[in-house]
Amino acid sequence: MNSFNTIWANGRGNLATWLLWGLAAVFVVYTFASGGYLIAVLQFALIYTVLVTGLNIFMGFTGQVSFGHNAFAAIGGYSSAVLTATYGWEPLPAGLVGLAGALLCALVIGYPVLRLRGHYLAMATLAIGLIVYEVAVQWQSVTQGYMGISGIAPIGIGRFTITSDRGLLVFLMIAAALALLSAAGIRRSRLGRAFVAAAGSEDAARALGIDVARYKLIAFMISAAYAAIAGSLFAHAVGFVSPEVFGLPMVVMSFTMLYVGGIGTIAGPALGAIIISVLPESFRTFKDYQDLAYGAALIVILIYAPRGLASLPELWARWRRRSA
Amino acid sequence: MSLLRLDGITRRFGGLVALDNVSLEIPGQGLSAVIGPNGAGKTTLFNMISGFRPPSEGRVHFDGADITGQPPETIARRGLIRTFQLVQLFEDLTVLENVKIGCHLHTRGGLLAALVPTRAARAEEAAVEAEAWRLLTETGLTAHAHSFAAVLPYGQKRLLEITRALAAKPKLLLLDEPAAGLNRQETDALAALLRRIVESGTAILLIEHDMNLVMNVAEEIAVLDFGRLIARGKPDEIRRNPDVIAAYLGTEEAAHV
Repeated sequence: MNSFNTIWANGRGNLATWLLWGLAAVFVVYTFASGGYLIAVLQFALIYTVLVTGLNIFMGFTGQVSFGHNAFAAIGGYSSAVLTATYGWEPLPAGLVGLAGALLCALVIGYPVLRLRGHYLAMATLAIGLIVYEVAVQWQSVTQGYMGISGIAPIGIGRFTITSDRGLLVFLMIAAALALLSAAGIRRSRLGRAFVAAAGSEDAARALGIDVARYKLIAFMISAAYAAIAGSLFAHAVGFVSPEVFGLPMVVMSFTMLYVGGIGTIAGPALGAIIISVLPESFRTFKDYQDLAYGAALIVILIYAPRGLASLPELWARWRRRSA
Repeated sequence: MSLLRLDGITRRFGGLVALDNVSLEIPGQGLSAVIGPNGAGKTTLFNMISGFRPPSEGRVHFDGADITGQPPETIARRGLIRTFQLVQLFEDLTVLENVKIGCHLHTRGGLLAALVPTRAARAEEAAVEAEAWRLLTETGLTAHAHSFAAVLPYGQKRLLEITRALAAKPKLLLLDEPAAGLNRQETDALAALLRRIVESGTAILLIEHDMNLVMNVAEEIAVLDFGRLIARGKPDEIRRNPDVIAAYLGTEEAAHV
């Protein structure tokens, strides 16, 4: 949580912090102006920002582990897809049904599963993701199996739909910003303090009257809600869902973003989502060695900034103190 | 009327009897202490009282209710707050945040307060902030408020744990060897702090190794040896009690006292 404090409490005047945000702003403006493929990349990054922000509340704030949040994204995504494409619902109520479904699942699954810790919790949550994947494959009458569901209407309310790429980009920016703002609000609040207390020392938290089991469950449900919203956004943004979309690669991707961006920080999920989405594109010039260069870049980041890109300002400040 | 009452607490770990039929009453004001040599069962007794482990036999009553077997968070909510022999801080958080977390029990805000900063939510946050600063001032930690708990020197970590416990506004504060690892100066400062806490109306039950501290501040002392209560009384009585001297120094040395 060090980097969190550096960026949001003590580091307001930090040059590196402004540099980081400046770069992000330049990139967004450039994407907006240039259009084309980059817009799709950024849209993807913004949807992942929502997902990873939720994961961060459970893993970063509360100190737990989940390899199964793709399940909640799938519940959100399939609810939106089936209810709008098959039954002609409006996107908003369809999304809300997905959200409610994900919350209910998180409650029912979380209650027994969150007694587990560490590797056992990781395995149990991994199983949740695999089960939902299998349901998406087998329940063909609703999900159309491997074929997936296509022709999902773009997002909108009533007669107002967002059809342009730039319009959708703005909408997703607002969604990602709301995700980050709400996470920051949670972190600053009594609720967030209960989360970080559970992560810091369960014994100390309980001795101070914090019902750790209950707060783990709340954190699990909140993060499931973010995942479900991300799933719904994905369904409408891309217009297509399939079991593969919400498969294990989604888990690997969100973990990479969380750790590269900076677990436990507020800005980390956004930084991670954008960098990890753009990085493979920027290595295209390496052609056959693209994946190799991408992997090497990840390793370099994790070695030299183990608490993620969001901790860079802090590292920069330390380096300046040493050389001064 | 006693605030805490133990009725025949026994705790067995396999064949080992860590606590053997311990009955004890702790008043709702003043400073009481439980002393005893290493392995006498002091920390086990604390774990029984604070709910971290259930007793094998016997009942624990606190503030008029039977709390035997209740989970730690429920017992804390009733006003019984403990610290740990091995300091348990939220190491990655600042000193200020540690104390704010201590305010959990006396605040209400949930998800809604976190997402929508209503006037009531902001007022509660401001109150938590003010209370945390007030407590840090009281224990002399304000200079470290924005440091991470992990980087505090050992004595200040102990102090922070007590400050955080005070934020929970305990009726009875259980301190598990608060002077362990402190130097003489720090121990004296701790004694002064404990007196101030007691004066402000919070009862304290202390487990301690440091006889100096205990004889200095405790009004009532209970002595445990091999899981059994062997003596109770005022510091002067305990100091002269031959059983206590024997337990602490071994019978041979006791002959020379």
